Amino acid sequence: MGRRFRLLPYLLVAPTLLFVLAFTLFPLARVLVGSLFKHRLNVPRYQVPVFAGLGNFSSLFQDPEFLQVLANTGLYVLILIPLLLACSFLLALLLDGQLRGLAFFRLAVFHPTVLPMVSAATIWLFFFTPGYGLWNQALRLFGYSGPQNWTGNPSLALGALVLVAFWKNVGFLMLFFLAGLQTMDRQVIEAARLDGAGGLRLVLGMVLPLIRRQSLFVTTVAFIGAFQTVDHVFVLTQGGPSETSALLLYYLWQLRFERLDLGRANAVTVIMILALLAFTIANFRVSERHEK
Amino acid sequence: MRSRTPRLLRYLFLGLLAALMLTPLFWALAASLRPAEIPFASGNVFFAPALSLGNYAKALSLAPFGTYYANTILQVAAIIASQLLFSSLAAFALARYRFAGDRIIFTIILMQMMIPTAALLVPNFATIRLLGLYDSIPGIALPFFGSAFATFLLRQSFLSLPRDLGDAAAIDGCRWDQELFHIYLPTARAALASIVLSSLSFHWNDFLWPLVITQSDRARPLTAGLIRFTQMGEIGAQWGLLSAATMIVTLPLFVAFLVFQRQFVQGYLSSGIK
Repeated sequence: MGRRFRLLPYLLVAPTLLFVLAFTLFPLARVLVGSLFKHRLNVPRYQVPVFAGLGNFSSLFQDPEFLQVLANTGLYVLILIPLLLACSFLLALLLDGQLRGLAFFRLAVFHPTVLPMVSAATIWLFFFTPGYGLWNQALRLFGYSGPQNWTGNPSLALGALVLVAFWKNVGFLMLFFLAGLQTMDRQVIEAARLDGAGGLRLVLGMVLPLIRRQSLFVTTVAFIGAFQTVDHVFVLTQGGPSETSALLLYYLWQLRFERLDLGRANAVTVIMILALLAFTIANFRVSERHEK
Repeated sequence: MRSRTPRLLRYLFLGLLAALMLTPLFWALAASLRPAEIPFASGNVFFAPALSLGNYAKALSLAPFGTYYANTILQVAAIIASQLLFSSLAAFALARYRFAGDRIIFTIILMQMMIPTAALLVPNFATIRLLGLYDSIPGIALPFFGSAFATFLLRQSFLSLPRDLGDAAAIDGCRWDQELFHIYLPTARAALASIVLSSLSFHWNDFLWPLVITQSDRARPLTAGLIRFTQMGEIGAQWGLLSAATMIVTLPLFVAFLVFQRQFVQGYLSSGIK
């Protein structure tokens, strides 16, 4: 069919292609180039970009503050994601099946997904408040009267962020496991059960491998989500105290819109995109290996 | 009868879990209805001796939540409408025709799925400013008009139709737009629904981009409006007021969720692919 040149298909893809070029590819190129320049809107000498090679990167990696942000982000991801994966999987097992009233319990676990993160964090703001915060009251029930001000305490602020992100996302991720369990071949499980595999052995031996694909997918969703969402940082801690709860994307926002340091903001963008790509590729590799 | 005790235990555990998960929302609802005169430090944090809508009235008088709603709806509608239209066109071209460069074009479009737009905040901010769209609804929506996710999903769906069908229609004198709208799109209902629902939940809740690209209530959506409200000087630690504002922003969508649970859940399942 159609050997002659036709303009129509090009016209049809043009709008989507144009928007992707304008808001993904062009900005990508712009960030790569921009990261090589010193460009600070509040320093007269650097109001016009000055070429600096990899200067932004080397100064970032020597800056204790940036290293702190990297450590925060790493810690945040390393605590949050395994916690989310394990709990959302266990919840899916618990909430799968035909038990009467299960729909209500699923709803209870899932409902935070529907709330905007800003709303969720605003609600939790009260829970972390010194004095009468509910969180402290709950801890006092267990005889604990320790730190009062959660979001103002350097060693707890990041924990507060993890807690909110956990509450907000555990039901969302559970959904994928639940869907995996429900589409899984029930006969396989029944057969295993008849063979005498019970309880934990069944879960570990049969269910887990069957939904491994789902786990990889969920890890990716959780990881990209953890990088993309800093709404709770804005509401709860503003990155403080002294940057102990600043996550990478939040720091990027600070560099650009508070400190007006465009060169560094571009460099941080490059670092963040590289981290995301590295993760995506690694994840893809792992899942391909499992396919074989 | 052997299974009775485990079942009871399971219910007990599920009940505890549900109570823990529901506490924040329940508290916020209770707090928003607590009369302003009764401080939280006195008595029960959950149950005040009286209920009042005073916090809601005050919150509504302090910030234009109606405008925020209108802005959010306009912005989300603009994004969904253009994604549906542009992605249908692109997916149709990529599924129906073979043309020079089609693979490269598809690969370029797919790159958007690898790099979240949130990461490109800084350069996109500059572009929108350059276009003179800072602090406007088109400025918030424009970067999302082209969607790799929607194009991908629709192309997959279109590919399930045999090419012969389109060819036969073309021989019968069917124009391309008739083919797209009468043959292809009607078979892609599931994909279209996924696109609408996942876009709705993503952009309704999106925060950072609308925050940086707006500076006045003219264009500010609900999420950016709420954070501005929480940071207003006179609000301080007035939890009742804060909770009322949070509920104003949250409840309508939440009620819609309760009504259309099944559709929402489907939407969330497909949004994960993004």
